[in-house]
Amino acid sequence: MARPLSEQDTDRLWSLHEVSFGYGTTPVLHKVSLELRPGSCYGILGPNGSGKTTLLDLLSGLLMPQSGTIEFKGRPLHSWPKKQLAQRLALVPQDFMVRFGYSVREVVEMGLHPHLHRFAAPSEKDQALIDEVLRVTGITTLADRPVTRLSGGEKQRVAVARALAQQPTVLLLDEATSNLDIHHSLEILQLIRQRFEQQGMQVIAVMHDLNLASFFCDHLIFLKQGQVVCQGPTDEALTPETIAAVYGVEAEVTPNTFTNCRQVSFRLPVNP
Amino acid sequence: MNDRSASTTLLQLTAVLVCAVALAATLGFLKVSIPDVLSILFARLTQQPLPAGIDPIAATVVADIRMPRILAAVLVGGMLGVSGAIFQAILLNPLADSYTLGISTGAAFGASLVIVLQIFGLVLPPVVSVPIFAFGGAIGTLALVLYLASGDRRLSSTSLILAGVIVAAILSAAIGFLKFLADEQVGIIIFWLMGSLSGASWQNILLLTPTALLGVLVALFYSRDLNIMATGDRAATSLGVHTVRLRTTLLTTGTLLTALAVSVSGIIGFVGLIVPHMLRHMVGPDNRRLIPLSFFTGGLLLLFADTLTRAILPVEVPIGVLTALLGGPFFCILFKKRQKDGTTAF
Repeated sequence: MARPLSEQDTDRLWSLHEVSFGYGTTPVLHKVSLELRPGSCYGILGPNGSGKTTLLDLLSGLLMPQSGTIEFKGRPLHSWPKKQLAQRLALVPQDFMVRFGYSVREVVEMGLHPHLHRFAAPSEKDQALIDEVLRVTGITTLADRPVTRLSGGEKQRVAVARALAQQPTVLLLDEATSNLDIHHSLEILQLIRQRFEQQGMQVIAVMHDLNLASFFCDHLIFLKQGQVVCQGPTDEALTPETIAAVYGVEAEVTPNTFTNCRQVSFRLPVNP
Repeated sequence: MNDRSASTTLLQLTAVLVCAVALAATLGFLKVSIPDVLSILFARLTQQPLPAGIDPIAATVVADIRMPRILAAVLVGGMLGVSGAIFQAILLNPLADSYTLGISTGAAFGASLVIVLQIFGLVLPPVVSVPIFAFGGAIGTLALVLYLASGDRRLSSTSLILAGVIVAAILSAAIGFLKFLADEQVGIIIFWLMGSLSGASWQNILLLTPTALLGVLVALFYSRDLNIMATGDRAATSLGVHTVRLRTTLLTTGTLLTALAVSVSGIIGFVGLIVPHMLRHMVGPDNRRLIPLSFFTGGLLLLFADTLTRAILPVEVPIGVLTALLGGPFFCILFKKRQKDGTTAF
């Protein structure tokens, strides 16, 4: 896929220095140091329980590191007022669950929250924005339906629409397409990729599917047991050696002319 | 809902409420006509002498006995309705109310404790009164529940409900023990636990009005944040909502509303549960509408129930019993209807 147009902006988005985190006595991340820069679509990959979602929650400020420091745009993450952070970072969670039967439009409008005054109603411009994100995510016809009655895939598109309505600098995806069929996955990823290339919206995505990650991301970060095992541009990082080290499977990585990116096939090791 | 239609609806509801209050004031053992009620109230408010042709006894009954009771019914009902809406939104549970976290049970325990002490003939200082202990019991229970749930730093609804259920179970057992101790005089406790507005005074109204107003305003102030809470903690935090602070603030508000209502009226169940629940089906779950509507509907419902038991039924049925007897079957019908429509998801 094409590179984003604006590469000149090389300020760091995040810098993590020896960040550790655990739940209770169980360590999840151990001394992770990372630099995330604008201009690349980042993919965070790794086996179950390797700390991918925890890393994302640390980046979004939902969790506080137990040791180490996190800076966002050159400023300690936790010195950012929540509202200002919410104007810059939007999250699409894995399972978007909504209690109570809010209409799809109401849920998408919640994305305006960090930009609106407490008692302000959405302006005409805001309404146009909502119409647009409903259209690009293909849920205009569902706008008046209660979100509790949608299918899993439809709900996930509502979550993406809401994150887009938030007009973030950076979009954080937590396995946002894991529960979608391949058609809807590709549609959503392509839509996000377009925003990245045309409007410079940065993307950090936790992903499960290596082939989708190869299609979607410019830069991959592999986690295993709470540590960064390997990271780099997709073409360099996605190798049989990395996959064997991270997932413990044998893999073949081949450039694919059909999808125009590297594709992976796997099998379990024959003689362990 | 735009501002204009919102204020129109609010005006209409206020008008309905005023009419209902005036109508309720005419009913009772002594029948008074609506114009007479209005002139009595007008005379009282403006400190004018009563117009000729109005029975001074009727004036006393309407102004000093009926009006405080009627206003107390409206305020208590409204406060219970709003607190129910708050608890349901915070606990992400459409069937939550002040019982879910043991708040009402705590109030009942506080009241029962004082009653038992009085039965045993202890001379208590005037500060140790049933309303104050009911109030303290509710606040103390919230503090205990928050303490128990605070091990989970996010103060999730699951931890809160679990802590609430445990505390409520202990308090229920303790109330049972107090009833056992009260022995033959257990009737006093039972009467209080079933609720009554018959003792309402103008002093109560002076206490209830600012609290009700404050509670509704705080809930309205946070109503958009409350809506966002319905999409889960992670999503809410990423939209800039301070989830823990919001929960603590609104649980305290809901508890204050319940505690004060209960200290005036005794335990009245079902209003807090059914009013916001029913409204959610009618106008949708948006708390910006739900909270003010819960106040008006709760107030009207309790006024209706109290007028029924005060003026229409041959015997005065405890109001807590009446609300459950009226609300329960209604709830069953709603529940069955929802199942038939193919939506069991409440």
